[in-house]
Amino acid sequence: MNASNAWPLWEVFVRSRQGLSHRHVGSLHAPDAEMAIQNARDVYTRRQEGVSIWVLPASAITASSPADKDCLFEPANDKIYRHPTFYDLPDEVKNM
Amino acid sequence: MNMNERFEAYIASDAKIEPKDWMPDAYRKTLIRQISQHAHSEVVGMLPEGNWVTRAPSLLRKSILLAKVQDEAGHGLYLYSACETLGVSRDDLIADLHSGKAKYSSIFNYPATSWADMGTIGWLVDGAAIMNQVPLCKTSYGPYARAMVRVCKEESFHQRQGFQILLALCNGTEEQKAMAQESINRWWWPALMMFGPRDEDSQHTEESMRWRIKRFTNDELRQKFIDMTVPQAELLGLTIPDPDLKWNEERGHYDFGEINWEEFYHVIRGNGPCNKERIAARQQAHDEGAWVREAALAHSKKRAAQSSTHAA
Ligand SMILES: [Fe+2]
Ligand SMILES: [Fe+2]
Repeated sequence: MNASNAWPLWEVFVRSRQGLSHRHVGSLHAPDAEMAIQNARDVYTRRQEGVSIWVLPASAITASSPADKDCLFEPANDKIYRHPTFYDLPDEVKNM
Repeated sequence: MNMNERFEAYIASDAKIEPKDWMPDAYRKTLIRQISQHAHSEVVGMLPEGNWVTRAPSLLRKSILLAKVQDEAGHGLYLYSACETLGVSRDDLIADLHSGKAKYSSIFNYPATSWADMGTIGWLVDGAAIMNQVPLCKTSYGPYARAMVRVCKEESFHQRQGFQILLALCNGTEEQKAMAQESINRWWWPALMMFGPRDEDSQHTEESMRWRIKRFTNDELRQKFIDMTVPQAELLGLTIPDPDLKWNEERGHYDFGEINWEEFYHVIRGNGPCNKERIAARQQAHDEGAWVREAALAHSKKRAAQSSTHAA
C-alpha cells in the first residue's frame, strides 16, 4: 500500500482527573488532530478514564537515544549530596 | 559481553525492553508475530459476537453485547499500536491477516449458532483469554505489557456478562438450559485448544520463556483454566463434555481427556468451519471502508492547505 495514503500516527495523552497531569496512554492513526481526539475518546476513554485528551503527531516527538542513557543520567549518580539523607544531623534537630 | 549477551542478561534481570532499545532480530520477530496474532484475534473475535447484536433477546443484552464487541475493537487497536512500535506498519499487518500469512486464535473459526453461545464465549473464550493475558501484563516488552494491562482491566466484564447469560438460561426453562448445555458441548474443547499445542509440541515456548515474553507454558495455563472452570460449570449445573474429567487428589488438579489435536491443526491450517468466511468478512469491511479512509485524508489535507494559505 502507498505510504502516503496511510493515516499519520498520533500519540495520546489523557488527564485522568482534574489536578493530575496528562499521561501517555498509547497511540492511534487518524487523518487529522480533530479526528485523532474523536478516535482517542473511543479507544482510550470508554470508561471515564479521562477528563481531557492531548494528541500530538508521533513524528513531532524528539526522544533521547538509549545509547546516551549513561552520559545523560549516570552523572547524577555520584551527586548523593543532592538528597536530604546525605546530611547527618544531631537528633536534637527535629523535623528537618 | 557482546550486544546479544548483554540483552540476555538484561532480560534475565527482569528489566523491560522499550521500542528504541537494541534487541536481537529474533526477539523483534517473535514479538511482531505474537502481538499481531493477538491483535488479529481481537478483531476477528468481533465477528461471531457481532453476528448476534441484532438478535439479542433484550435491549439491555444488546447494549452489553455492543459494549463488549466495541471493547474487542479497542483491544485490537491497543495491540496494533504496540506492534507498530517494533517498526512494522498497520497496513502491512492487516495485509498479512487478509492474505492468510498471519494467524489469529483458531477459536474464532467456529460458528456462534445460538444465543447461549454469547454466554459461552464470554465465560469460556474470554475466560481462557484472560488466563493467557494476565501473565502478559508482565511481559518483557514494555508497550505490549502496557497494552495488556488495559486489556485485562476490561476483560473481566466480558467473562462476567457471559457467565450471567448462562446463569439466566440455566435458571430458565428446560429448553433454555438445554440450549446452554448444547453450547458448552460445542465450545469446551475448542476453548482448551486456545492455549496452543502441548508444551512438547510448541516450537516457540522455550525461547519465549527465556525472553520473558511468555511467563507460563501452554499446558500450565490450560490446567489452571480447567481447575478454575470446572467448579463454575457445577455451579451452573452444566456437564463438561469430557468423560475423563475428574479430580486428582494426588496432583491437586483435574485430570482431563485427550484433546483432538488433529482438529486443532486442521483449523489452524485454514480448514475450520468458518476460516474462509471470517477472512472474507474482514476483507470486505476493509475494502468497503476504503473510500471513508481516503475521503477523511483528502478532507484533512484540503483543510491544512486552506489554513496555510490563510496564514500566508
Ligand atoms: Fe479482548
Ligand atoms: Fe474479551
